[in-house]
Amino acid sequence: MPTPVLMPALSPTMTEGNLAKWHIKEGDTVSAGDVIAEIETDKATMEVEAVDEGKVGRIEIAEGSEGVAVNAVIAWLLDEGEDADAIPSEGAGSAPAAAEPAAPEPKRADGGGVGPERAPEAPALPGAPAHTSVPVSVPDVDEARFFKDTQRQTVREALRDAMAEEMRNDPVVFVMGEEVAEYQGAYKVTQGLLAEFGAKRVIDTPITEHGFAGMAVGAAFGKLKPVVEFMTFNFAMQAIDQIINSAAKTLYMSGGQMGCPIVFRGPNGAASRVAAQHSQCYASWYAHCPGLKVIAPWSAADAKGLLKAAIRDPNPVIFLENEVLYGQTFDVPTDPDFVLPIGKAKIVRQGKDVTITAFSIMVGKALEAAEKLAEQGIEAEVIDLRTIRPLDVETIVASVKKTNRLVTTEEGWAFSGIGSEIAALMMEHAFDYLDAPVARVAGADVPMPYAANLEKLALPQVENIVQAAKAVCYRS
Amino acid sequence: MARAATTKSTASRPGPAKAAAARSTRSSKSAKPPEASIDDLVGYYRDMLVIRRFEEKAGQLYGMGLIGGFCHLYIGQEAVVVGMQAAIDEGDTVVTSYRDHGHMLACGMEARGVMAELTGRIGGYSKGKGGSMHMFSREKNFFGGHGIVGAQVPIGTGLAFNHRFRDTDRVSLTYLGDGAVNQGQVYESFNMAALWKLPVIFIIENNKYGMGTSVTRAAAGPSLAERGHAYGIPGKEVDGMDVLAVKAAGDEAVAYCRAGKGPYILEMKTYRYRGHSMSDPAKYRTKEEVNKMRQEHDPIDTLRRTLLDRKVDEDTLKKVDREVKDLVTDAADFAQQSPEPDVSELWTDILVEA
Ligand SMILES: Cc1ncc(C[n+]2csc(CCOP(=O)(O)OP(=O)(O)O)c2C)c(N)n1
Ligand SMILES: [Mg+2]
Repeated sequence: MPTPVLMPALSPTMTEGNLAKWHIKEGDTVSAGDVIAEIETDKATMEVEAVDEGKVGRIEIAEGSEGVAVNAVIAWLLDEGEDADAIPSEGAGSAPAAAEPAAPEPKRADGGGVGPERAPEAPALPGAPAHTSVPVSVPDVDEARFFKDTQRQTVREALRDAMAEEMRNDPVVFVMGEEVAEYQGAYKVTQGLLAEFGAKRVIDTPITEHGFAGMAVGAAFGKLKPVVEFMTFNFAMQAIDQIINSAAKTLYMSGGQMGCPIVFRGPNGAASRVAAQHSQCYASWYAHCPGLKVIAPWSAADAKGLLKAAIRDPNPVIFLENEVLYGQTFDVPTDPDFVLPIGKAKIVRQGKDVTITAFSIMVGKALEAAEKLAEQGIEAEVIDLRTIRPLDVETIVASVKKTNRLVTTEEGWAFSGIGSEIAALMMEHAFDYLDAPVARVAGADVPMPYAANLEKLALPQVENIVQAAKAVCYRS
Repeated sequence: MARAATTKSTASRPGPAKAAAARSTRSSKSAKPPEASIDDLVGYYRDMLVIRRFEEKAGQLYGMGLIGGFCHLYIGQEAVVVGMQAAIDEGDTVVTSYRDHGHMLACGMEARGVMAELTGRIGGYSKGKGGSMHMFSREKNFFGGHGIVGAQVPIGTGLAFNHRFRDTDRVSLTYLGDGAVNQGQVYESFNMAALWKLPVIFIIENNKYGMGTSVTRAAAGPSLAERGHAYGIPGKEVDGMDVLAVKAAGDEAVAYCRAGKGPYILEMKTYRYRGHSMSDPAKYRTKEEVNKMRQEHDPIDTLRRTLLDRKVDEDTLKKVDREVKDLVTDAADFAQQSPEPDVSELWTDILVEA
């Protein structure tokens, strides 16, 4: 059977081109790799190489022809012992059936995005957002039972204990970051770990965020379980390529082979008087990305239970702490088996008039606001989101169905923020239950200023939450 | 199987003595490669030819619209991966950039699965979800396939960290291009690898161009092999068009790493015949330059001549040629027959179920 030589596509978008020049003539012998022709597109002239060997039996498209369709037969190669009679006569201009792809016409995605023809068929809800692919129904855990025996601990101590317990449980867990070992942590979160676990598992890195984040991802591909501390998440921007492109996406791109069990943790959000480069909330940056889980606890108990869960989780987890909270004290269960489910919010105050969502340091402010609202006769329900991705939509929806009003709070900027996402979700899942537009309380849309008075204005305060809650309740 | 069974036997452990003088030398030509057996040579020939024919076929399928997006062919550089692969052993790991088809075939990944990934089919190594630039095989210790220039370098360093953490003597082969070598994370990796004496071989595939920019227009300094000097990492320039020179340099570097002495840099002087990707007309270099490399330095032709000199008969090589052709044809058929992934695959492999 003679082998057809087809008009090649030279770029993802090419549909036709000009056959500028033949370097061969009928009767010539070619081998694989020989340049046989030159093709012109609107962008460039490119050489075409033979893929098979053989004798040129017939040239179908003459030199100088314009507008030759991609995949048209432009020539025929003959095998040893074949002659030109074997060439199908109707062959000119159209590819023989044998060369047709067996599967449906391949599609070219120019922008790399999912084309409309690949529109997702799962899941069922009309306009179902992509994040519904992430399990939002997390089994209920009886958290209360853990609180029979508790001790008073700071968030800092709870985080340290979480790491220490998981390191005792699993020899492939290790901690790395700047100043985590000998200095005991820039914020003393890793205090004592070096003494207990040694330098092999508690590793001081050079100041090289992009490098050590990528290195930890490689170690996680090798099935170790790194806990990577960023001195603060502001510096993780140096490493965000490795976090998103390598840690979050590789499982998908490998068809499920390359799990990346890793935790990236450290303080996030505004500290105090450190200005714009050291005061930013990254929750919405990471929450945006499929392939990551994002946790932002408030209480010490949640910090412990969720960090343990994060270390056990086989996926990359972003664990957002808060410097201001490190020294705050809470009741923490003493049960060594205390672990919390990722993806479960917690109602930290019951109420019937308005729902307030918060995470991390904003939970404390939301609770304070609720106290003030109560004095004015408004019963606010405060939800500590705890996990940002996957978000516990069910708990928020159930609360909104009861209160019919929602205020979201976050330290970060409102634009494309967590509050924006929750507002959109409420439109999708609780539209008919809303008696007022969702109100977002967020950081001012400015880089964080240094001056004390301006910094206070830039951060959402208790009073802002009170005002927003009253507004959605139509109370002035 | 893409690999010649004969090459398996070549992965013998080199003695540590060979790693003695490890500072940067300008050329490895002086280090006389140990005489390879005929079986080894035929194995290398076959492995290089598999890559060459596979890539030509991929180019053809691209031309037919069966492969989409970016597709970076490895034609011309075959001696690098085949030589390095012959220097390593079971359990050693490999990671590289998007120009990865050759590396995967050399690692022993099935031509069918690689080609089917290129066509975006369920039979591909990533079920059609990774494509040319993102393929992996845990089974064959191939860790990708990375599309961000330079990102594989800390990852390869992390794989070396893993080998060390588990107290093995395995090594990490971490490939990067002459363009990638200017990325900051490469030096972050050099520093950590040297600081912690990690068993990683950084193999710089200097094919003279990063897309359209020649090395001389992008990289300061006389030699990429010396880029590790500041960290005390030995480096060596190697004739990357000569599979035996690559194997010899690989043996030396592997022995050095296995002995716990830390990382090693090999700068492979190589050349890609095709454009950077399929849509690159390669206007930044002359036809003469390409032809000269092809005619005078082609790694496959060179080895074929060596084999004929060593009295391997034409028929033996012709038989290899035919087998390779059949293997690639079979892979291409499979890649066209394998169905597109089921639409439900859109929603799988985003997270590992705990
Ligand atoms: C971070 C990043 N920047 C730019 C690109 C686009 N890009 C892809 S390949 C390439 C050239 C790389 O050249 P080199 O490292 O020499 O590898 P080669 O292609 O020669 O194998 C560029 C600029 C990219 N993929 N990633
Ligand atoms: Mg290059």
